[in-house]
Amino acid sequence: MNLRAIRAIYAFEMARTGRTLLQSIVAPVITTSLYFVVFGAAIGTRIAQIEGVQYGAFIVPGLVMLMLLTQSVSNASFGIFFPRFTGTIYELLSAPVSAFEIVVGYVGAAMTKSTLLALIILATAGFFVPLRIAHPFWMLAFLLLTAATFSLLGFVIGIWADGFEQLQFVPLLLITPLTFLGGTFYSISVLPPAWQTVTLFNPVVYLVSGFRWSFYEVADVNVAVSLAMTGLFLAVCLAAIGWIFKTGYRLKT
Amino acid sequence: MPPIISVSGLSKTYATGLQALKQVDLEIRRGEIFALLGPNGAGKTTLIGIVCGIVTPTGGSVTVGGHDIVREYRASRAMIGLVPQELTTNAFETVWQTVSFTRGLFGKPANPAHVEKVLRELSLWERRKSKIITLSGGMKRRVLIAKALAHEPQVLFLDEPTAGVDVELRQDMWQVIRALRDSGVTIILTTHYIEEAELMADRVGVINKGEIILVEEKAELMRKLGQKRLTLHLAEPLKEVPSKLAPYRLSLSANGRELVYTYDTRAARTGITGLLDDLTAAGIGFKDLHTTQSSLEEIFVDLVGRRR
Ligand SMILES: Nc1ncnc2c1ncn2[C@@H]1O[C@H](COP(=O)(O)OP(=O)(O)O)[C@@H](O)[C@H]1O
Ligand SMILES: [Mg+2]
Repeated sequence: MNLRAIRAIYAFEMARTGRTLLQSIVAPVITTSLYFVVFGAAIGTRIAQIEGVQYGAFIVPGLVMLMLLTQSVSNASFGIFFPRFTGTIYELLSAPVSAFEIVVGYVGAAMTKSTLLALIILATAGFFVPLRIAHPFWMLAFLLLTAATFSLLGFVIGIWADGFEQLQFVPLLLITPLTFLGGTFYSISVLPPAWQTVTLFNPVVYLVSGFRWSFYEVADVNVAVSLAMTGLFLAVCLAAIGWIFKTGYRLKT
Repeated sequence: MPPIISVSGLSKTYATGLQALKQVDLEIRRGEIFALLGPNGAGKTTLIGIVCGIVTPTGGSVTVGGHDIVREYRASRAMIGLVPQELTTNAFETVWQTVSFTRGLFGKPANPAHVEKVLRELSLWERRKSKIITLSGGMKRRVLIAKALAHEPQVLFLDEPTAGVDVELRQDMWQVIRALRDSGVTIILTTHYIEEAELMADRVGVINKGEIILVEEKAELMRKLGQKRLTLHLAEPLKEVPSKLAPYRLSLSANGRELVYTYDTRAARTGITGLLDDLTAAGIGFKDLHTTQSSLEEIFVDLVGRRR
């Protein structure tokens, strides 16, 4: 195991965040605060409690999840796309590092960033609404599992993407809509039965539901199902990455 | 001593169907400077790419220091430093950071003294805190060399190191390369300038259209390149070269109508005046004469022709 290589990649990626602190941390915090102001304070006062939880508090897990997903994907995809774009990937390919070490370095850094950001946003939410976390362990477990899964997904996207458009495409046109439709701002039980079934094909539903359960013990789907689905997504992403390195897809000619 | 790099039956066909390498065999000796000479598109970068792990070979095998580049990639890659052909650098990192990063990537413990030594040798020390994006092209090339040397490699690949490089850097680079060779590092450089191979290399390999068509000690190659041919168009055809003229090692061609004399332009005496005098004495007249230089190209053609 080339631990020094993992550390070098990880430190490189973290330094990149340090240089773009405003973009990486401040912008998402402001965006999330705006959500609270609009949905929590302005609209929330006119909405009754959902399953015994005040609306402003109800949307917190979903919002944190939204940020966690988009940030994991964009951090990890950019991290590996950039060396491909500039050509500095030659160094990674010619170094005595394994695929596993490369992934741990890049995905580990992306995970760290998005998890930290999620925790910052959670703290920010505490200013706006009363927070209660029933199962802190599970809350953290869902947070880390989801960050890992979507950072891996981001890594795959960063290798697949041919240009910056494609890099933006997935977070913007896939992750954000899926999150909005995945019960971030409502419980899916408010939907007509037919739509509830459709929604169950949206993977984000399981993530948000499980995460919210760790706060308020209310869930759209059974928490065990949430956990199993999260594990499944993780396995799919790992398999995709395994295949990429085995075939050299878009990495080697 | 076993070769430090051993390439056997190596071939590469790109996804486009282009066959960039055809059954290449090559051995690089420990501690030598080897110049891989060949025109654009000959397959030089492809060959280097395979040895370093950037390009996947279609067939054949390579060992570096006895380690197979696929099965024992860690051991083989740890020995190699690569300076790529293109100026591919990070932008926002500093010189110091990027060189230290490479060292870490290659699994070596931090060693500021070594990094400092490399940066000083390449005249980068003053710029160590500069962001790479603020450096000139020549300075960026120096950074790439520094990165390749960061992990103290035993083998250094330089892919067209002097393309678009100013005189000062070229001289600095030769100095660094010679010092590395003296410390036992094996150096493989590619170029399409014969002069460059002549200046630096111990041995020269010529590659053309994916085939290594010649590997030779530099001195021997240069001797061949220094040869010229004098062709005499005779007035009357000859059946054979008169024995008196044997020392000139002449050859007859065009049904005895031409006499060909090969001589070394670098020799103190070419022997031409003596030959002409002796021809007159032997009563052999000629209508015309011309000389041709055996260019590298001719050696290519000759070699390829002889193989078939
Ligand atoms: N990624 C690639 N895909 C398809 N063809 C390639 C690729 N890289 C190089 N080639 C082709 O392979 C041949 C050898 O290229 P290269 O090894 O770069 O030659 P050199 O370095 O000697 O100029 C060229 O014809 C080039 O166009
Ligand atoms: Mg080349």
